[in-house]
Amino acid sequence: MRIVVLTKPVPDPASGGERLLPDGRLDRANSPAVVNGNDEYVLEKALKLIEAAGEGEVILLTMAPESAPETMRKALAMGATRGVLVTDPAIAGSDAVATTRILAAALKTLDFDLVFAGVDTSDGTAGVVAPGVAALTGLPYLSYAASVDPDEAARKVRVKRITADGYEVLEAPMPALISGTQALGEPRYPSLKGIMAARSKEITTMSLTDLGIDGTSVGLDGATTKVVDSRPPEARGATKVVRDAPDEAARQIVALLAERRII
Amino acid sequence: MAGIWVHGESAADGSLTKLSTEVATLARSVAEQLGGAEVTGVVIGSDPAAAAEELATFVPKVLTVKEPTIADNAAGMIVAQRLAALVEANDPDIVMTGAGPEGRDVAGALSALTGWGVLANATAVRGDGGGAVATHSVFGGKLITESGLTGSKGIVTVRPNAVTAEPAGSAGTVEEVAATGELQQPAVPIVDRLEAETAAAKIDDARIIVAGGRGVGGSDGFGLIQELADALGGAVGATRAAVDSGWIPYSQQIGQTGKIVKPQLYLAMGISGAIQHKVGMQTASTIIAVNRDPDAPIADFADMIVIGDLVEVGNALLAELRARSG
Repeated sequence: MRIVVLTKPVPDPASGGERLLPDGRLDRANSPAVVNGNDEYVLEKALKLIEAAGEGEVILLTMAPESAPETMRKALAMGATRGVLVTDPAIAGSDAVATTRILAAALKTLDFDLVFAGVDTSDGTAGVVAPGVAALTGLPYLSYAASVDPDEAARKVRVKRITADGYEVLEAPMPALISGTQALGEPRYPSLKGIMAARSKEITTMSLTDLGIDGTSVGLDGATTKVVDSRPPEARGATKVVRDAPDEAARQIVALLAERRII
Repeated sequence: MAGIWVHGESAADGSLTKLSTEVATLARSVAEQLGGAEVTGVVIGSDPAAAAEELATFVPKVLTVKEPTIADNAAGMIVAQRLAALVEANDPDIVMTGAGPEGRDVAGALSALTGWGVLANATAVRGDGGGAVATHSVFGGKLITESGLTGSKGIVTVRPNAVTAEPAGSAGTVEEVAATGELQQPAVPIVDRLEAETAAAKIDDARIIVAGGRGVGGSDGFGLIQELADALGGAVGATRAAVDSGWIPYSQQIGQTGKIVKPQLYLAMGISGAIQHKVGMQTASTIIAVNRDPDAPIADFADMIVIGDLVEVGNALLAELRARSG
Protein backbone atom coordinates (compact mmCIF):
# COMPACT_ATOMS: atom_id res chain seq x y z
CA MET A 1 0.00 0.00 0.00
CA ARG A 2 1.18 3.48 -0.84
CA ILE A 3 0.05 6.50 1.18
CA VAL A 4 0.82 10.12 0.30
CA VAL A 5 0.78 12.46 3.31
CA LEU A 6 0.36 16.19 2.65
CA THR A 7 2.85 17.80 5.01
CA LYS A 8 3.20 21.50 5.68
CA PRO A 9 6.09 23.19 7.46
CA VAL A 10 4.58 25.79 9.84
CA PRO A 11 6.17 28.26 12.25
CA ASP A 12 6.57 26.53 15.60
CA PRO A 13 3.53 27.72 17.63
CA ALA A 14 5.63 27.37 20.79
CA SER A 15 8.49 29.55 19.52
CA GLY A 16 6.79 32.89 20.05
CA GLY A 17 8.70 34.35 17.10
CA GLU A 18 5.95 34.41 14.49
CA ARG A 19 5.39 37.73 12.77
CA LEU A 20 4.33 39.14 9.41
CA LEU A 21 6.45 40.90 6.82
CA PRO A 22 5.22 44.30 5.55
CA ASP A 23 3.54 42.60 2.56
CA GLY A 24 1.47 40.42 4.90
CA ARG A 25 3.44 37.21 4.35
CA LEU A 26 4.84 35.16 7.19
CA ASP A 27 8.40 36.07 8.21
CA ARG A 28 9.84 32.57 7.99
CA ALA A 29 13.34 33.72 8.96
CA ASN A 30 12.15 34.73 12.41
CA SER A 31 10.52 31.49 13.49
CA PRO A 32 11.76 27.89 13.34
CA ALA A 33 9.61 25.60 11.18
CA VAL A 34 8.05 22.37 12.45
CA VAL A 35 5.75 19.81 10.84
CA ASN A 36 2.14 20.99 11.24
CA GLY A 37 0.56 19.27 14.28
CA ASN A 38 -2.43 17.71 12.51
CA ASP A 39 -0.13 16.45 9.73
CA GLU A 40 1.85 14.51 12.35
CA TYR A 41 -1.30 12.69 13.46
CA VAL A 42 -2.14 11.55 9.94
CA LEU A 43 1.50 10.67 9.28
CA GLU A 44 1.49 8.50 12.41
CA LYS A 45 -1.66 6.74 11.17
CA ALA A 46 -0.08 6.21 7.73
CA LEU A 47 3.05 4.69 9.31
CA LYS A 48 0.95 2.35 11.47
CA LEU A 49 -1.08 1.18 8.46
CA ILE A 50 2.07 0.43 6.44
CA GLU A 51 3.60 -1.40 9.40
CA ALA A 52 0.42 -3.44 9.82
CA ALA A 53 0.35 -4.25 6.10
CA GLY A 54 4.00 -5.33 6.26
CA GLU A 55 4.83 -3.55 3.02
CA GLY A 56 4.32 -0.29 1.21
CA GLU A 57 5.55 3.27 1.45
CA VAL A 58 4.64 6.62 2.95
CA ILE A 59 5.42 9.56 0.68
CA LEU A 60 5.46 13.12 2.00
CA LEU A 61 4.13 15.76 -0.39
CA THR A 62 5.09 19.30 0.58
CA MET A 63 4.67 22.65 -1.11
CA ALA A 64 7.08 25.08 0.52
CA PRO A 65 10.16 27.28 0.13
CA GLU A 66 13.51 25.69 -0.70
CA SER A 67 14.39 25.43 2.99
CA ALA A 68 11.59 22.87 3.54
CA PRO A 69 13.81 19.73 3.38
CA GLU A 70 14.99 20.52 6.94
CA THR A 71 11.43 20.17 8.20
CA MET A 72 10.69 17.22 5.92
CA ARG A 73 13.65 15.36 7.48
CA LYS A 74 11.79 15.45 10.80
CA ALA A 75 8.85 13.62 9.21
CA LEU A 76 11.21 11.24 7.39
CA ALA A 77 12.84 10.53 10.76
CA MET A 78 9.44 9.39 12.08
CA GLY A 79 9.54 6.73 9.34
CA ALA A 80 8.20 8.15 6.07
CA THR A 81 9.86 6.51 3.08
CA ARG A 82 10.61 9.51 0.87
CA GLY A 83 9.57 13.07 0.14
CA VAL A 84 8.35 15.09 -2.81
CA LEU A 85 8.83 18.85 -2.55
CA VAL A 86 7.11 21.31 -4.84
CA THR A 87 9.18 24.46 -4.64
CA ASP A 88 9.53 27.45 -6.90
CA PRO A 89 10.36 31.12 -6.28
CA ALA A 90 6.96 31.98 -7.78
CA ILE A 91 4.97 30.20 -5.06
CA ALA A 92 5.96 32.58 -2.25
CA GLY A 93 2.84 34.22 -0.85
CA SER A 94 0.46 31.66 -2.41
CA ASP A 95 -3.04 31.57 -0.90
CA ALA A 96 -5.27 28.55 -0.28
CA VAL A 97 -6.63 28.61 -3.85
CA ALA A 98 -3.14 28.41 -5.37
CA THR A 99 -1.94 25.87 -2.79
CA THR A 100 -4.92 23.66 -3.61
CA ARG A 101 -4.22 23.84 -7.37
CA ILE A 102 -0.52 23.11 -6.96
CA LEU A 103 -1.03 20.15 -4.60
CA ALA A 104 -3.75 18.72 -6.84
CA ALA A 105 -1.45 18.98 -9.86
CA ALA A 106 1.41 17.35 -7.95
CA LEU A 107 -0.82 14.47 -6.78
CA LYS A 108 -1.72 13.70 -10.39
CA THR A 109 1.97 12.85 -11.00
CA LEU A 110 2.07 10.31 -8.14
CA ASP A 111 0.75 6.76 -7.67
CA PHE A 112 -1.06 6.07 -4.41
CA ASP A 113 -3.84 4.16 -2.68
CA LEU A 114 -4.64 6.85 -0.12
CA VAL A 115 -3.87 10.53 0.44
CA PHE A 116 -3.83 11.84 4.01
CA ALA A 117 -3.99 15.48 5.14
CA GLY A 118 -4.38 17.15 8.52
CA VAL A 119 -7.82 18.79 8.95
CA ASP A 120 -6.15 22.19 9.17
CA THR A 121 -2.79 23.86 9.76
CA SER A 122 -1.78 25.82 12.83
CA ASP A 123 -0.72 28.87 10.80
CA GLY A 124 -3.52 29.16 8.24
CA THR A 125 -6.26 27.40 10.30
CA ALA A 126 -8.60 27.52 7.31
CA GLY A 127 -9.11 23.77 6.78
CA VAL A 128 -10.06 24.32 3.13
CA VAL A 129 -7.11 22.85 1.20
CA ALA A 130 -7.99 19.15 1.65
CA PRO A 131 -11.60 19.44 0.38
CA GLY A 132 -10.34 21.67 -2.44
CA VAL A 133 -7.72 19.13 -3.52
CA ALA A 134 -10.42 16.42 -3.45
CA ALA A 135 -12.66 18.55 -5.68
CA LEU A 136 -9.86 19.19 -8.21
CA THR A 137 -8.62 15.59 -8.33
CA GLY A 138 -12.05 13.95 -8.19
CA LEU A 139 -10.89 11.70 -5.35
CA PRO A 140 -13.56 10.50 -2.87
CA TYR A 141 -13.23 12.79 0.17
CA LEU A 142 -13.56 11.54 3.74
CA SER A 143 -12.98 14.26 6.32
CA TYR A 144 -12.45 14.68 10.09
CA ALA A 145 -11.27 11.10 10.52
CA ALA A 146 -11.07 9.67 14.04
CA SER A 147 -10.16 6.25 12.58
CA VAL A 148 -9.07 4.90 9.18
CA ASP A 149 -9.54 1.24 8.21
CA PRO A 150 -8.44 0.30 4.70
CA ASP A 151 -9.30 -3.09 3.19
CA GLU A 152 -6.66 -3.46 0.52
CA ALA A 153 -8.05 -6.69 -0.92
CA ALA A 154 -11.50 -5.13 -1.40
CA ARG A 155 -9.91 -1.79 -2.45
CA LYS A 156 -12.11 0.04 0.07
CA VAL A 157 -11.48 2.32 3.02
CA ARG A 158 -13.68 3.06 6.04
CA VAL A 159 -13.42 6.23 8.08
CA LYS A 160 -15.11 7.16 11.34
CA ARG A 161 -15.85 10.84 10.79
CA ILE A 162 -16.33 13.23 13.72
CA THR A 163 -19.63 15.13 13.48
CA ALA A 164 -21.36 17.58 15.80
CA ASP A 165 -23.39 14.75 17.37
CA GLY A 166 -21.03 11.78 17.29
CA TYR A 167 -19.66 9.94 14.28
CA GLU A 168 -20.66 8.83 10.83
CA VAL A 169 -18.93 5.83 9.30
CA LEU A 170 -18.01 6.57 5.68
CA GLU A 171 -16.89 4.07 3.06
CA ALA A 172 -15.22 4.79 -0.25
CA PRO A 173 -13.25 2.95 -2.93
CA MET A 174 -9.47 3.51 -3.03
CA PRO A 175 -7.78 5.73 -4.00
CA ALA A 176 -9.36 8.30 -1.68
CA LEU A 177 -8.38 11.47 0.18
CA ILE A 178 -8.77 11.55 3.96
CA SER A 179 -8.37 14.48 6.34
CA GLY A 180 -7.54 13.47 9.88
CA THR A 181 -7.53 14.73 13.44
CA GLN A 182 -5.67 14.24 16.67
CA ALA A 183 -8.12 11.41 17.50
CA LEU A 184 -5.98 9.19 15.20
CA GLY A 185 -3.40 8.89 17.96
CA GLU A 186 -0.27 10.48 19.33
CA PRO A 187 2.65 10.75 16.91
CA ARG A 188 5.85 8.84 17.73
CA TYR A 189 9.12 10.52 18.55
CA PRO A 190 11.79 9.84 15.95
CA SER A 191 14.34 7.29 17.16
CA LEU A 192 18.06 7.98 16.84
CA LYS A 193 18.13 5.30 14.15
CA GLY A 194 15.24 7.05 12.40
CA ILE A 195 17.05 10.38 12.50
CA MET A 196 20.21 8.83 11.03
CA ALA A 197 18.25 7.03 8.32
CA ALA A 198 16.34 10.20 7.38
CA ARG A 199 19.57 11.88 6.30
CA SER A 200 19.90 9.65 3.29
CA LYS A 201 16.24 9.37 2.35
CA GLU A 202 15.27 10.75 -1.03
CA ILE A 203 13.56 14.12 -1.43
CA THR A 204 12.72 14.87 -5.05
CA THR A 205 11.74 18.37 -6.09
CA MET A 206 9.28 19.63 -8.65
CA SER A 207 8.88 23.14 -10.02
CA LEU A 208 5.74 24.84 -11.29
CA THR A 209 7.03 24.25 -14.83
CA ASP A 210 7.14 20.51 -14.09
CA LEU A 211 3.48 20.76 -13.11
CA GLY A 212 2.48 22.94 -16.05
CA ILE A 213 1.35 25.80 -13.81
CA ASP A 214 1.91 29.43 -14.81
CA GLY A 215 3.91 31.13 -12.05
CA THR A 216 2.05 34.42 -12.40
CA SER A 217 -1.26 32.75 -11.50
CA VAL A 218 0.00 31.79 -8.03
CA GLY A 219 2.11 33.46 -5.34
CA LEU A 220 1.47 36.88 -3.88
CA ASP A 221 0.46 38.39 -7.25
CA GLY A 222 -2.14 35.70 -7.90
CA ALA A 223 -3.56 35.73 -4.36
CA THR A 224 -7.33 36.07 -3.94
CA THR A 225 -7.03 37.47 -0.41
CA LYS A 226 -4.75 40.07 1.14
CA VAL A 227 -3.92 41.24 4.65
CA VAL A 228 -5.01 44.88 4.96
CA ASP A 229 -4.23 45.54 8.61
CA SER A 230 -2.64 43.91 11.65
CA ARG A 231 -2.45 44.91 15.29
CA PRO A 232 -1.77 43.35 18.67
CA PRO A 233 -4.90 42.12 20.49
CA GLU A 234 -6.49 44.29 23.15
CA ALA A 235 -4.80 43.59 26.45
CA ARG A 236 -6.89 41.79 29.05
CA GLY A 237 -7.28 43.48 32.42
CA ALA A 238 -4.80 42.87 35.21
CA THR A 239 -4.82 39.41 36.81
CA LYS A 240 -5.99 39.23 40.41
CA VAL A 241 -3.75 36.79 42.26
CA VAL A 242 -5.39 34.99 45.21
CA ARG A 243 -3.15 33.18 47.69
CA ASP A 244 -5.67 32.66 50.49
CA ALA A 245 -6.72 29.32 52.02
CA PRO A 246 -9.16 27.25 49.91
CA ASP A 247 -12.36 28.38 51.70
CA GLU A 248 -11.51 32.06 51.38
CA ALA A 249 -10.27 31.60 47.79
CA ALA A 250 -13.57 29.87 46.91
CA ARG A 251 -15.51 32.82 48.38
CA GLN A 252 -13.49 35.22 46.21
CA ILE A 253 -14.19 33.17 43.08
CA VAL A 254 -17.92 33.17 43.83
CA ALA A 255 -17.82 36.91 44.53
CA LEU A 256 -16.24 37.57 41.11
CA LEU A 257 -18.80 35.32 39.40
CA ALA A 258 -21.64 37.16 41.14
CA GLU A 259 -20.16 40.57 40.36
CA ARG A 260 -19.99 39.68 36.67
CA ARG A 261 -23.51 38.19 36.77
CA ILE A 262 -22.25 34.78 35.68
CA ILE A 263 -24.13 33.13 38.57
CA MET B 1 -23.03 44.71 -4.74
CA ALA B 2 -25.14 41.84 -5.99
CA GLY B 3 -25.54 40.19 -2.66
CA ILE B 4 -24.41 38.13 0.25
CA TRP B 5 -25.34 34.48 0.57
CA VAL B 6 -25.56 32.56 3.82
CA HIS B 7 -25.09 28.81 3.64
CA GLY B 8 -27.52 27.35 6.20
CA GLU B 9 -26.40 24.06 7.74
CA SER B 10 -28.91 21.51 8.99
CA ALA B 11 -28.28 19.72 12.30
CA ALA B 12 -28.91 15.96 12.59
CA ASP B 13 -32.58 16.59 13.52
CA GLY B 14 -33.12 18.84 10.49
CA SER B 15 -33.10 22.12 12.42
CA LEU B 16 -30.76 25.00 11.59
CA THR B 17 -27.44 24.94 13.47
CA LYS B 18 -26.75 27.68 15.99
CA LEU B 19 -23.62 28.59 14.00
CA SER B 20 -25.74 29.28 10.91
CA THR B 21 -28.00 31.64 12.90
CA GLU B 22 -24.87 33.56 13.91
CA VAL B 23 -23.55 33.67 10.33
CA ALA B 24 -26.96 34.95 9.13
CA THR B 25 -26.99 37.67 11.81
CA LEU B 26 -23.49 38.74 10.82
CA ALA B 27 -24.40 38.74 7.11
CA ARG B 28 -27.20 41.24 7.79
CA SER B 29 -24.85 43.70 9.46
CA VAL B 30 -22.23 43.33 6.68
CA ALA B 31 -24.97 44.00 4.10
CA GLU B 32 -26.04 47.11 5.96
CA GLN B 33 -22.45 48.39 6.06
CA LEU B 34 -22.26 47.81 2.30
CA GLY B 35 -25.20 50.11 1.76
CA GLY B 36 -28.04 47.62 1.79
CA ALA B 37 -26.79 44.61 -0.16
CA GLU B 38 -29.30 41.79 -0.57
CA VAL B 39 -28.93 38.87 1.88
CA THR B 40 -30.06 35.43 0.73
CA GLY B 41 -29.98 32.17 2.67
CA VAL B 42 -29.33 28.85 0.94
CA VAL B 43 -30.20 25.47 2.47
CA ILE B 44 -29.25 22.34 0.54
CA GLY B 45 -30.34 18.99 2.00
CA SER B 46 -32.45 15.88 1.65
CA ASP B 47 -35.18 17.64 3.62
CA PRO B 48 -34.22 21.32 3.88
CA ALA B 49 -37.68 22.69 4.85
CA ALA B 50 -37.28 23.03 8.64
CA ALA B 51 -33.82 24.63 8.51
CA ALA B 52 -34.97 26.93 5.69
CA GLU B 53 -38.01 28.14 7.68
CA GLU B 54 -35.72 28.93 10.60
CA LEU B 55 -33.15 30.69 8.39
CA ALA B 56 -36.00 32.80 6.95
CA THR B 57 -36.52 34.32 10.40
CA PHE B 58 -33.01 35.80 10.02
CA VAL B 59 -32.82 36.82 6.35
CA PRO B 60 -35.39 38.17 3.86
CA LYS B 61 -35.11 35.34 1.36
CA VAL B 62 -34.07 31.68 1.49
CA LEU B 63 -33.44 29.36 -1.45
CA THR B 64 -33.72 25.61 -0.86
CA VAL B 65 -32.43 22.75 -2.95
CA LYS B 66 -33.78 19.28 -2.26
CA GLU B 67 -30.91 16.87 -2.75
CA PRO B 68 -31.96 13.33 -1.73
CA THR B 69 -28.41 11.91 -1.96
CA ILE B 70 -27.40 13.88 1.16
CA ALA B 71 -29.57 11.58 3.32
CA ASP B 72 -27.05 8.74 3.09
CA ASN B 73 -23.84 10.27 1.73
CA ALA B 74 -21.21 12.63 3.18
CA ALA B 75 -22.81 16.07 2.77
CA GLY B 76 -19.98 18.58 2.28
CA MET B 77 -18.88 17.77 -1.27
CA ILE B 78 -22.46 17.39 -2.51
CA VAL B 79 -23.56 20.70 -0.96
CA ALA B 80 -20.51 22.42 -2.47
CA GLN B 81 -21.35 21.20 -5.99
CA ARG B 82 -24.98 22.32 -5.77
CA LEU B 83 -23.89 25.63 -4.26
CA ALA B 84 -21.30 26.16 -7.03
CA ALA B 85 -24.02 25.70 -9.67
CA LEU B 86 -26.34 28.14 -7.86
CA VAL B 87 -23.54 30.68 -7.50
CA GLU B 88 -22.85 30.49 -11.21
CA ALA B 89 -26.52 30.98 -12.09
CA ASN B 90 -27.24 33.79 -9.58
CA ASP B 91 -23.91 35.64 -9.32
CA PRO B 92 -23.73 36.61 -5.62
CA ASP B 93 -20.53 38.34 -4.44
CA ILE B 94 -19.95 36.74 -1.09
CA VAL B 95 -20.85 33.32 0.31
CA MET B 96 -20.68 33.07 4.10
CA THR B 97 -20.65 29.82 6.07
CA GLY B 98 -19.65 28.52 9.49
CA ALA B 99 -16.05 27.51 10.21
CA GLY B 100 -17.14 24.08 11.54
CA PRO B 101 -16.49 20.67 9.93
CA GLU B 102 -19.27 21.00 7.33
CA GLY B 103 -18.70 24.68 6.56
CA ARG B 104 -14.98 24.15 6.03
CA ASP B 105 -15.57 21.19 3.72
CA VAL B 106 -18.14 23.19 1.75
CA ALA B 107 -15.95 26.31 1.61
CA GLY B 108 -12.87 24.38 0.47
CA ALA B 109 -14.63 22.47 -2.28
CA LEU B 110 -16.62 25.55 -3.38
CA SER B 111 -13.40 27.57 -3.54
CA ALA B 112 -11.75 24.95 -5.74
CA LEU B 113 -14.81 24.69 -8.01
CA THR B 114 -15.22 28.49 -8.43
CA GLY B 115 -11.63 29.74 -7.96
CA TRP B 116 -12.94 32.11 -5.26
CA GLY B 117 -10.71 33.00 -2.34
CA VAL B 118 -11.58 32.16 1.26
CA LEU B 119 -11.38 34.55 4.21
CA ALA B 120 -11.16 31.77 6.75
CA ASN B 121 -12.03 31.44 10.41
CA ALA B 122 -13.22 35.02 10.85
CA THR B 123 -13.82 36.25 14.40
CA ALA B 124 -15.60 39.29 12.96
CA VAL B 125 -16.63 40.49 9.49
CA ARG B 126 -17.56 43.96 8.30
CA GLY B 127 -18.50 45.55 5.01
CA ASP B 128 -15.97 48.10 3.88
CA GLY B 129 -15.54 49.89 0.56
CA GLY B 130 -17.57 47.45 -1.49
CA GLY B 131 -16.26 44.22 -0.01
CA ALA B 132 -16.07 42.07 3.07
CA VAL B 133 -13.20 42.53 5.52
CA ALA B 134 -12.63 39.69 7.96
CA THR B 135 -10.84 39.81 11.29
CA HIS B 136 -8.67 36.86 12.28
CA SER B 137 -6.77 35.92 15.39
CA VAL B 138 -3.41 34.48 14.27
CA PHE B 139 -0.21 33.10 15.80
CA GLY B 140 -2.01 31.83 18.86
CA GLY B 141 -3.73 35.15 19.48
CA LYS B 142 -0.52 37.19 19.41
CA LEU B 143 -1.73 39.15 16.41
CA ILE B 144 -5.08 40.33 15.05
CA THR B 145 -5.18 40.68 11.27
CA GLU B 146 -7.78 42.04 8.90
CA SER B 147 -8.02 40.59 5.40
CA GLY B 148 -9.98 41.45 2.32
CA LEU B 149 -10.46 40.00 -1.15
CA THR B 150 -8.30 41.10 -4.09
CA GLY B 151 -11.26 40.61 -6.44
CA SER B 152 -14.96 41.20 -5.99
CA LYS B 153 -15.98 37.60 -5.15
CA GLY B 154 -15.18 35.39 -2.22
CA ILE B 155 -16.11 32.99 0.55
CA VAL B 156 -16.02 33.77 4.28
CA THR B 157 -15.99 31.13 7.03
CA VAL B 158 -17.04 32.38 10.46
CA ARG B 159 -16.02 31.02 13.84
CA PRO B 160 -18.67 30.03 16.39
CA ASN B 161 -19.72 32.77 18.85
CA ALA B 162 -18.49 35.65 16.63
CA VAL B 163 -21.85 37.37 17.27
CA THR B 164 -25.01 36.72 19.26
CA ALA B 165 -27.72 35.48 16.90
CA GLU B 166 -30.70 37.81 16.50
CA PRO B 167 -33.69 37.12 14.25
CA ALA B 168 -34.73 39.84 11.81
CA GLY B 169 -37.82 41.97 12.52
CA SER B 170 -39.94 40.17 9.96
CA ALA B 171 -39.85 36.66 8.49
CA GLY B 172 -38.52 36.15 4.97
CA THR B 173 -39.69 34.00 2.10
CA VAL B 174 -38.62 30.45 1.20
CA GLU B 175 -38.30 29.44 -2.42
CA GLU B 176 -37.46 25.96 -3.68
CA VAL B 177 -34.99 25.79 -6.55
CA ALA B 178 -34.53 22.66 -8.66
CA ALA B 179 -31.14 20.94 -8.50
CA THR B 180 -29.59 21.09 -11.93
CA GLY B 181 -26.90 18.99 -13.56
CA GLU B 182 -25.11 15.79 -12.63
CA LEU B 183 -22.98 15.57 -9.51
CA GLN B 184 -19.44 15.18 -10.89
CA GLN B 185 -17.63 14.31 -7.65
CA PRO B 186 -17.87 10.77 -6.25
CA ALA B 187 -20.48 10.37 -3.50
CA VAL B 188 -19.15 8.83 -0.26
CA PRO B 189 -21.81 6.64 1.41
CA ILE B 190 -22.53 6.82 5.13
CA VAL B 191 -22.69 3.16 6.18
CA ASP B 192 -23.36 3.75 9.88
CA ARG B 193 -23.99 6.48 12.43
CA LEU B 194 -22.66 6.32 15.96
CA GLU B 195 -23.56 8.35 19.02
CA ALA B 196 -20.68 10.06 20.81
CA GLU B 197 -19.20 7.71 23.42
CA THR B 198 -20.20 9.94 26.29
CA ALA B 199 -23.29 11.97 27.01
CA ALA B 200 -21.01 14.87 27.94
CA ALA B 201 -22.49 18.35 27.49
CA LYS B 202 -21.16 20.00 24.33
CA ILE B 203 -18.46 22.59 24.83
CA ASP B 204 -18.97 24.29 21.44
CA ASP B 205 -21.72 26.66 22.53
CA ALA B 206 -21.45 26.33 26.34
CA ARG B 207 -21.91 29.52 28.40
CA ILE B 208 -19.74 28.13 31.17
CA ILE B 209 -16.84 25.70 30.79
CA VAL B 210 -14.91 24.04 33.60
CA ALA B 211 -11.76 22.58 32.09
CA GLY B 212 -9.11 20.24 33.44
CA GLY B 213 -5.50 19.77 32.44
CA ARG B 214 -2.57 17.56 33.35
CA GLY B 215 -2.85 18.81 36.96
CA VAL B 216 -6.16 16.95 37.37
CA GLY B 217 -4.10 13.77 37.55
CA GLY B 218 -6.47 11.16 36.09
CA SER B 219 -9.98 10.08 35.06
CA ASP B 220 -11.06 10.09 38.71
CA GLY B 221 -9.95 13.70 39.05
CA PHE B 222 -12.35 14.65 36.28
CA GLY B 223 -15.18 13.64 38.65
CA LEU B 224 -14.58 16.86 40.58
CA ILE B 225 -14.40 18.85 37.32
CA GLN B 226 -17.75 17.37 36.29
CA GLU B 227 -19.29 18.20 39.69
CA LEU B 228 -18.14 21.80 39.37
CA ALA B 229 -19.54 21.99 35.83
CA ASP B 230 -22.87 20.60 37.08
CA ALA B 231 -22.98 23.08 39.96
CA LEU B 232 -22.35 25.96 37.54
CA GLY B 233 -24.62 24.62 34.79
CA GLY B 234 -21.68 24.31 32.41
CA ALA B 235 -19.78 21.79 30.31
CA VAL B 236 -16.48 19.98 30.93
CA GLY B 237 -13.49 20.82 28.76
CA ALA B 238 -9.92 19.54 28.72
CA THR B 239 -6.42 20.11 27.43
CA ARG B 240 -4.67 17.92 24.90
CA ALA B 241 -2.54 16.37 27.66
CA ALA B 242 -5.67 15.20 29.51
CA VAL B 243 -7.19 13.83 26.27
CA ASP B 244 -3.98 12.09 25.16
CA SER B 245 -3.80 10.46 28.60
CA GLY B 246 -7.24 8.99 27.96
CA TRP B 247 -8.90 10.73 30.91
CA ILE B 248 -11.61 12.34 28.79
CA PRO B 249 -12.75 12.02 25.14
CA TYR B 250 -11.37 14.12 22.27
CA SER B 251 -14.81 15.73 21.80
CA GLN B 252 -14.11 17.82 24.94
CA GLN B 253 -10.67 19.03 23.89
CA ILE B 254 -10.05 22.77 23.68
CA GLY B 255 -7.12 24.25 21.79
CA GLN B 256 -5.20 24.20 18.55
CA THR B 257 -6.01 20.62 17.59
CA GLY B 258 -9.35 20.63 19.43
CA LYS B 259 -12.15 23.17 19.59
CA ILE B 260 -12.12 26.96 19.82
CA VAL B 261 -14.56 28.15 22.48
CA LYS B 262 -15.77 31.54 23.69
CA PRO B 263 -17.77 31.04 26.90
CA GLN B 264 -18.71 33.69 29.44
CA LEU B 265 -16.75 31.82 32.08
CA TYR B 266 -13.71 29.59 31.63
CA LEU B 267 -12.68 27.95 34.89
CA ALA B 268 -9.27 26.36 34.26
CA MET B 269 -8.32 23.69 36.80
CA GLY B 270 -4.70 22.55 36.73
CA ILE B 271 -4.11 24.07 33.29
CA SER B 272 -0.78 25.79 32.69
CA GLY B 273 -2.08 27.77 29.70
CA ALA B 274 0.45 26.72 27.05
CA ILE B 275 0.01 28.50 23.71
CA GLN B 276 -1.64 25.46 22.05
CA HIS B 277 -4.40 25.55 24.69
CA LYS B 278 -4.62 29.34 24.94
CA VAL B 279 -5.54 29.51 21.23
CA GLY B 280 -8.77 27.69 22.02
CA MET B 281 -10.05 29.71 24.98
CA GLN B 282 -8.38 33.11 25.23
CA THR B 283 -11.46 35.02 24.08
CA ALA B 284 -13.57 33.77 27.02
CA SER B 285 -15.16 36.76 28.77
CA THR B 286 -13.93 35.75 32.22
CA ILE B 287 -11.03 33.37 32.85
CA ILE B 288 -10.40 32.03 36.34
CA ALA B 289 -7.49 29.65 36.93
CA VAL B 290 -6.65 27.39 39.83
CA ASN B 291 -3.02 26.33 39.73
CA ARG B 292 -0.22 25.43 42.09
CA ASP B 293 2.30 27.34 40.01
CA PRO B 294 2.11 31.14 40.28
CA ASP B 295 4.40 31.38 37.23
CA ALA B 296 2.16 29.29 34.94
CA PRO B 297 1.57 31.11 31.61
CA ILE B 298 -2.17 31.28 32.38
CA ALA B 299 -1.38 33.81 35.13
CA ASP B 300 -0.62 36.29 32.33
CA PHE B 301 -4.08 36.24 30.76
CA ALA B 302 -6.53 35.03 33.43
CA ASP B 303 -8.76 37.54 35.24
CA MET B 304 -8.08 35.72 38.49
CA ILE B 305 -5.63 33.01 39.47
CA VAL B 306 -5.96 31.11 42.73
CA ILE B 307 -2.64 29.66 43.79
CA GLY B 308 -3.36 26.35 45.44
CA ASP B 309 -4.26 22.68 45.21
CA LEU B 310 -7.06 22.19 42.70
CA VAL B 311 -8.76 19.44 44.72
CA GLU B 312 -8.87 21.55 47.88
CA VAL B 313 -9.93 24.73 46.10
CA GLY B 314 -12.34 22.77 43.87
CA ASN B 315 -14.07 21.14 46.83
CA ALA B 316 -14.29 24.44 48.71
CA LEU B 317 -15.76 26.09 45.61
CA LEU B 318 -18.25 23.24 45.21
CA ALA B 319 -19.37 23.69 48.84
CA GLU B 320 -19.67 27.45 48.37
CA LEU B 321 -21.72 27.08 45.15
CA ARG B 322 -24.01 24.46 46.72
CA ALA B 323 -24.53 26.60 49.84
CA ARG B 324 -25.41 29.52 47.59
CA SER B 325 -27.98 27.61 45.54
CA GLY B 326 -29.40 26.38 48.85
